[in-house]
Amino acid sequence: MAANNNNNNLINELVEKYGRDRTSLMPILQGVVEQNNFISDLNMTEIAKELDLSAAQVFGTATFYSFLDTIPRGRFVIRVCKTITCDMHGKKMIIQTLENLLKIKVGETTQDKKFTLLETNCLGWCHKGPSLLINNDVYSELTAEKVHELIAEYMHK
Amino acid sequence: MSEILKRVDLIFGEYSDQKYKTLEKTIKRPNDDIIKDILDSGLRGRGGAGFPTAMKWKFTMEQPGDEKYVVCNADEGEPGTFKDREILTQVPRKVFAGMAICGKVIGAKKGYMYLRGEYRFMLPELLKEIDVFNTNAQELDIDFTIEIRMGSGAYICGEESALFESMEGKRGEPRNKPPYPTVSGYLSKPTVINNVETFVNVLMICRIGPVQYKKLGTRDSRGSKVFSVSGDTPIAGIYELELGMPLEKFVEEFGDGDTKAVQVGGASGFCVPRKKFKDTIIGFEGVPTGGSMMIFNSSRSMYNVLHNYLDFFEEESCGQCTPCRVGCQQLRKGIEAVKRGDKPITYLEQLMKLSETMKITAKCGLGQSVANSFSSIVNNFKEEMIY
Repeated sequence: MAANNNNNNLINELVEKYGRDRTSLMPILQGVVEQNNFISDLNMTEIAKELDLSAAQVFGTATFYSFLDTIPRGRFVIRVCKTITCDMHGKKMIIQTLENLLKIKVGETTQDKKFTLLETNCLGWCHKGPSLLINNDVYSELTAEKVHELIAEYMHK
Repeated sequence: MSEILKRVDLIFGEYSDQKYKTLEKTIKRPNDDIIKDILDSGLRGRGGAGFPTAMKWKFTMEQPGDEKYVVCNADEGEPGTFKDREILTQVPRKVFAGMAICGKVIGAKKGYMYLRGEYRFMLPELLKEIDVFNTNAQELDIDFTIEIRMGSGAYICGEESALFESMEGKRGEPRNKPPYPTVSGYLSKPTVINNVETFVNVLMICRIGPVQYKKLGTRDSRGSKVFSVSGDTPIAGIYELELGMPLEKFVEEFGDGDTKAVQVGGASGFCVPRKKFKDTIIGFEGVPTGGSMMIFNSSRSMYNVLHNYLDFFEEESCGQCTPCRVGCQQLRKGIEAVKRGDKPITYLEQLMKLSETMKITAKCGLGQSVANSFSSIVNNFKEEMIY
């Protein structure tokens, strides 16, 4: 019940901030992801109610966008760029290093719910590949050592 | 450094000595004069499609009604493109000033910038700059404000009508055209949507005048262009160069001496093999580009390159129309089958036909342009597809 209340509070806050118009739907969904790392079914029905939309409309929008996760994710979502130039410059090795370090495969979340490992399309750092995002932050010109350091740093966060 | 490959300092050049000086001067001019200057400059959109900017603005200006919008497309998602981020980092004020000039010309009071989710880290700095703009606009008595909207990781939202859908809180599925955005864009109101770099070009035309601007580039490709150079090159990065240069010169400058092919215009652009470098012009009269230049040397398998593109399109297709949803998948499966030997070499011809069908039947630019890279790679590197 406590979790429900928290969720309602978050949705209320976001609705107050962005408004009840459908044009506010993206900012609201983005706000939920920012806070909870994913959008639950309950969140979606709550948003639908507030914006006077059907739950299906909210679900339709939320599931269209790759950064609007609708399944639980870790606190730190790692998205490794897999598009051509990053791929050419060693993306595979970066993925392997991450899989070994986190002991998960691409698409999975660590048991402590801290990290999720994903692949994504072009991040726009082709001149400095390979590159990845951890939540909103970019890391480029990656090497195995750099990835080790990076994960060590995030382990302590 | 060859003479033809001139580096230009127009887009990234310094701000004027006084904040929003060009904007202040320009808003006092009649709309028709501004449009005429942009028309004379020969400016064509910098996002890739190359539509004449002046015409877009004129059509929107002529639409009745006082609710109109200016949208800056900063959903830079084309593989190999990263120049808009650099522009927004280095000279955001030029972008906002360009948007404000557009607002004045077409009669819009509101401008939006749609920034891709991958660039979320830029938001705090941009918001600060927008505050500066909004304050300055108020001081200059300009009735125009700018707001940022974020994308959430969907390449298709770089397509203008999909971008509007996304801003309206919907799935980023492209609309049927016509009506074009000039008539029915954001919230079905007349809207000018331009690429980040286009707005900067407009501002620079207003600052230096069309005569000076036209000295850059060629007859069909006026002005300078910001290129994103990546791949097998020792000097990957962002370069502002004149349009209309021969690809051969480009490769001489940026290649690693072993360049096999250059992908001009990203995954949705064309792959030019070494034997055609000499006869290929980068620009609207030759191979157009939104700025993406990816260089491949002879150690690269063009099969892997094409497979990577097709993976990309398959994932990023919005799934709305059958030619694109099924086509992308079948092209990928098709080249895999030929590679495995499950299908004969002649099957490649069938796949080419499929890509040509997509070109004429897909609903938007995504599905229509898959054939560009598909045929240019399969035609030029057939043996790599098979063995």
